[in-house]
Amino acid sequence: MSILPPSQKIWWKEPIHGIEMMWIILALIWCLVLFLWMPYWHVYGKQNLSNESYKTSPEQFEAKANTMAKAYTVRTDAKSNTPVVHPPAGSDVYMLGRLWQWWPILELEKNKTYRLHLSSLDWQHGFSLQPTNINLQILPGYETVVTITPDQSGEFAVVCNEYCGVGHHTMLGKIYVK
Amino acid sequence: MQKNDNQESTQEEEAVPGMQQLLDNPFMLLFLGVMFPTVFYILWGIMEIISIPAVK
Amino acid sequence: MAAKMFRQCPDSGLFFHKSAESLMKAHAVLGVVYLLVGGFLGLLVALTRMPSLHLLSAEDFYLALSIHGTAILIFWIIFFEMAVLYFAASTLLRCRPATPAFGWLGFLLMVIGSTLVMVAFFRGNSSVMFTSYVPMPAEPIFYLGLILFAVGALIGCFIFLGTLVIAKQEKTYDGSVPLVTFGALTAAIIAIFTIASGAVILIPTWLWSLGFINHIDPLMYRTVWWALGHSSQQINVAAHVSIWYAIAAILFGARPMSEKVSRTAFLLYILFLQLASAHHILADPGVSSTWKVFNTSYAMYLAVLASMVHGLTVPGCIEVAQRKKGFNNGLFEWLKKAPWANPVFSGMFIAMIIFGFIGGITGVVMGTEQINLIIHNTIFVPGHFHATVAVGTTLTFMAITYFLIPVLFRRELIWPTACKWQPYIFGGGMLILSLFLLGAGTLGVPRRHWDINFSDALLQFQFAGTAITMLGIAGFGGFLAAVGGALFCLIAVGSLVFGKRLDPGASLFSSFGFPMASSCYNVERPGKLGLAPVEQTGDGGVQAKGTFVLALVFLASFVVYFFINAKYLSSIWPMG
Ligand code: HEM
Ligand SMILES: [Cu+2]
Ligand SMILES: [Cu+2]
Repeated sequence: MSILPPSQKIWWKEPIHGIEMMWIILALIWCLVLFLWMPYWHVYGKQNLSNESYKTSPEQFEAKANTMAKAYTVRTDAKSNTPVVHPPAGSDVYMLGRLWQWWPILELEKNKTYRLHLSSLDWQHGFSLQPTNINLQILPGYETVVTITPDQSGEFAVVCNEYCGVGHHTMLGKIYVK
Repeated sequence: MQKNDNQESTQEEEAVPGMQQLLDNPFMLLFLGVMFPTVFYILWGIMEIISIPAVK
Repeated sequence: MAAKMFRQCPDSGLFFHKSAESLMKAHAVLGVVYLLVGGFLGLLVALTRMPSLHLLSAEDFYLALSIHGTAILIFWIIFFEMAVLYFAASTLLRCRPATPAFGWLGFLLMVIGSTLVMVAFFRGNSSVMFTSYVPMPAEPIFYLGLILFAVGALIGCFIFLGTLVIAKQEKTYDGSVPLVTFGALTAAIIAIFTIASGAVILIPTWLWSLGFINHIDPLMYRTVWWALGHSSQQINVAAHVSIWYAIAAILFGARPMSEKVSRTAFLLYILFLQLASAHHILADPGVSSTWKVFNTSYAMYLAVLASMVHGLTVPGCIEVAQRKKGFNNGLFEWLKKAPWANPVFSGMFIAMIIFGFIGGITGVVMGTEQINLIIHNTIFVPGHFHATVAVGTTLTFMAITYFLIPVLFRRELIWPTACKWQPYIFGGGMLILSLFLLGAGTLGVPRRHWDINFSDALLQFQFAGTAITMLGIAGFGGFLAAVGGALFCLIAVGSLVFGKRLDPGASLFSSFGFPMASSCYNVERPGKLGLAPVEQTGDGGVQAKGTFVLALVFLASFVVYFFINAKYLSSIWPMG
């Protein structure tokens, strides 16, 4: 009876039943597989979150994004009045989150590798690249650098998936891959 | 009743195994249960956050 | 001459101490009030996320979601857990509670704290979700309310420990504490760590909201806040697993298959469960993969091992007990002949199955460092935790309430037919809600989002049509779950007010926290709680074969689901 004290005063020496023991062993093996899978994927998997990040400030980050946009803007998205930026293949590219947009729009080349820098100028935001489905937490004061290689072409949206106030559901960005 | 008493006295002579002593000691468990996550999760985590480099 | 403070329940044989009993009732009733508030808002939230209905305005939606999360996840659950702690220490050990006056102080702080938080919500400037990530500000009384609530709960935990000490000193029981009390101790220990972490982060945040501190680091906030936010879910796990053992013992006379194994599993919880707060930081910058891998895996999944052990031993001990009663045919006669019409059993068993198969598996999969990349902050996450906390914990608490209403409150349950169906309606609705939120989340649908059609946005994006359909079905499941939840609240409150009195001393007041007529308390000191009877025949002959087969099915589902997600991960853009 689990609501009474154990029937043996010394219960630590009770034997363990066959079925229980077998299950413990199976479960333990599976737990180890789950655990080892993570380091395995760091070595052999192609999708990992980099450990590269820096402390920054909204001003510093905004300046960098502006510099990139100034140099490589190719056109402007009329409705949102957002520059569409086509940085050189393989370069450092920037995208900032602020209430309520991801800025600027990026145009990338397929199968080229970029260092994508992300940060927020105000509150926390969620970088959710759809439909490929990559999700990152973006914080003010921290710059995340991910090395990405778009391997599909098309139009991708950056949805904000961290609640960021009453305009949260209007916060979108774009990445075009050619 | 008598039988129970007998059982008690024979068992009490036997030393309680260390693991059972630990599991019967709420304050030792409390100590471990607070220390483990404080060290591995909080302190280690905070150390990493503090040592993030500033951007160039 | 000491006063007579105990009564013995003639139906269950349990002893209730006058002060502990009143504290249990007060906490449980207030919990149900918050379940009602939170559940109602949950319904509004679900109907807003149903794209065809889109019930609330954006502002109301974010407010409703903030209240839903806070009222139900924090207030309902923790109020009820305090009642569980008093039960596990005072009632099960036949012991007077330590410092009942402080118990009432704790209760009062929890009431004031939760009220302040509600006031902050309804004033409209604190729709920050229960996570209140800085630097998005809430009003100072929001943080203050949470702090007071936490202090109140902390007092409850220390009274639990104090009661254990008294019980030992006064020798109210023989041998070691019962397994259920040990599980409750696990919950209390985790709660103490949880609340301490909460204080470490919420007090500075409160001062920040008052203007005394000018910066709270968002990453530091998230890391420490989740030591509160996630570990509090681990309090729930420890608490509801303990109740599963209690229900198995109460209904079936089941004894643990092995005290050693079950208690060691709880020890693994104490040591490792709380590390998993890292689940929420996996997609964050700045903390290394080493920290993430070690913590998210509870140090090599040792706490998952513990849950898998409980998942075998709880149904396993029921099986053994049933087989001894003669339900010994085939693999599953013991289960078929279980009391499925008794909501104490059906509620607990449904909770266990959905918690394990859906909540457990999805939780471990999304807590894998890299797989989290395809799941973080999608509506997969609420899909997961409605299986864990809304079914696993809440339905378990509902099930034990059906036991407590006659035993603790001394009222007969009203509406027996409704009682019989309630766990199925609530569990079934929640199952649909969870599964379809999980499905929509797999397609990338964000959580906490008012409009995934982006009609007011300057840029556009279309989610897959299936995602929209799935949210619609989830809304239907949410509606069904809300019906089940409302039915529970009606039955519980209705029984407390109108249920037949099983004891002439059970007045209306005594249903809401006042003691019963003093003539009911006629025991000065209950007899010492003896050891559980020694089993006549060894368990060797009656093994839990059926449970083992179920466990193997579980393991197979787990493996398959994990590798499906690993495959999905390998299809996204290469990144590193
Ligand atoms: C009455 C039935 C319920 C319904 C219809 C319901 C529905 C929902 C839905 C649809 C969401 C997701 C909203 C979003 O992210 O956009 C949600 C969030 C949530 N639910 Fe429920 N729920 C119910 C009961 C519960 C219960 C019993 C619990 C816990 C004990 C619970 C805890 C939560 C929490 C913690 C959140 C997250 C809030 C946030 O993101 O801040 N819910 N609920
Ligand atoms: Cu945002
Ligand atoms: Cu947002």
